[in-house]
Amino acid sequence: MNYLPILGIFLRNMYLYKRSIPRLFGLFVWVTVELFLWGFITLWLRNLAGGNQALDFVLLVLGALVFWNLFVRTQQSFSISFLEEVWTRNIINIFTTPITQKELVAGFALLSVVQGIFGFLYVSILAFLLYALDIWTLGLYIIPFFALILLFGWVLGLITTGIIIRFGPAMEIFAFFMPFVLLPFSAVYYPISIFPAFVKNIAQFLPTTHLFEGMRLVLTQGVFPVDRLVWAGGLTIAYFFLGSAFFVWMIHVARKKGLIARLLQD
Amino acid sequence: MSVVLKVENLTKRYGKTTAVDHISFEVKEGEVVGLLGPNGAGKSTTIHMLLSLLTPTEGTIEIFGKNLKEHRQEILTQMNFAASYAQLPYNLTPLENLKVFALLYGVKNWRGKAEVLLEEFDLEKFKNSRTGGLSSGEQTRLGLAKAFLNDPKLLLLDEPTASLDPLVAKRLRKDLYDRMEKNGGSILWTSHNMREIEAMCDRVIFLSHGKIVASGTQENLQKQFGKPNLEEIFIQLATDT
Repeated sequence: MNYLPILGIFLRNMYLYKRSIPRLFGLFVWVTVELFLWGFITLWLRNLAGGNQALDFVLLVLGALVFWNLFVRTQQSFSISFLEEVWTRNIINIFTTPITQKELVAGFALLSVVQGIFGFLYVSILAFLLYALDIWTLGLYIIPFFALILLFGWVLGLITTGIIIRFGPAMEIFAFFMPFVLLPFSAVYYPISIFPAFVKNIAQFLPTTHLFEGMRLVLTQGVFPVDRLVWAGGLTIAYFFLGSAFFVWMIHVARKKGLIARLLQD
Repeated sequence: MSVVLKVENLTKRYGKTTAVDHISFEVKEGEVVGLLGPNGAGKSTTIHMLLSLLTPTEGTIEIFGKNLKEHRQEILTQMNFAASYAQLPYNLTPLENLKVFALLYGVKNWRGKAEVLLEEFDLEKFKNSRTGGLSSGEQTRLGLAKAFLNDPKLLLLDEPTASLDPLVAKRLRKDLYDRMEKNGGSILWTSHNMREIEAMCDRVIFLSHGKIVASGTQENLQKQFGKPNLEEIFIQLATDT
């Protein structure tokens, strides 16, 4: 892999964010609103719970929000960067350069890592200032959670981008709502134990379920959930290979059917 | 002169529709070849296959003596492309656009090359303006500046001057001609502007319904068809086929 094309994809998007207020809004404003919303709900729930200190809603709900935002940010950064090339009618120029598929994906991935880190720091600092949430209570456990959430975000990014390449920009809605389809089944804000049996069975196949369940165990019991981490890691890596294969296949189909040039017309 | 581009039996079918039908041609080093034909003749489809945007159904493409399918990355590093329909991102500045594409083409001196080309294509004064705010002529010049970022040995131009007024188009052709004189390299050029093709091309290939219906130098074609210029030949071929 050549690092220059990867830097090219990264810089192209950084130049864009540098002067685009609406895009900066997308990065910071929505999560701030969510933080206020969930913060107030959490405070209200804590009041309802009275003196029961075992139920630290702030840590549980807002901790989950911080990591969920990282997941959404990673996926959207990946998919929306690709859509940007479609919206600006630049897609043919990109595909006629010598950039390889691996370099293209690496460029989007690098961008999503940088945006993810900035977003994570922003929301965790804001949550600390507003609600005294100390996400760093997780200690070094943050590293595997962070890494696996990023990787699974890329998986969804690869899938949504593949769908857009194959079925055209009309499918751009997937870039925005795909993570939210997984949200109710990922046990982000509540434990897996409250699911009915059939949902529980489905949820076991989502890495996010194991990650958020594991995160709650660390926060409430201080226990490192090795089994959850192994499940999340195994599933994420398997999905990453499947997502990459899907992306490569969609580009192959697009080249065969002439769909890349058609992305300019739809 | 060595052969830069060799196309043999190139075919593209979409279901029952044949867009390009067993065409074979060559472009030699330093040659400017015009690819002409009415709308739907298969010009852009051919260009897209040469850029590996599109996979051929049959046939082979050899560029710089190598098979495009097997050496895509290596070949594209030495080629470039400009078209009126492939704009550069309007929300970046010309300097940013050229830096980004220099990187995508793997140009090591990407900052310097972008600055030099802006100057050479007379775009320096706009380098920090928004690309979307430039006139059509300036945007086309920027597209051509992008096409020279990697000093291509083969340049594919798909109706590069389609949206320009005659004066701006003439200036651009001169810029392009001077540039090719200086750097060498070959061009495959599609256009509907016959005067442009007459002024720029050493040889012409006429496509109709995906097939090559005539090819040769302007003088040979004029003799063959008994017509005074390419426009008359174009009209006859388009009507006959």
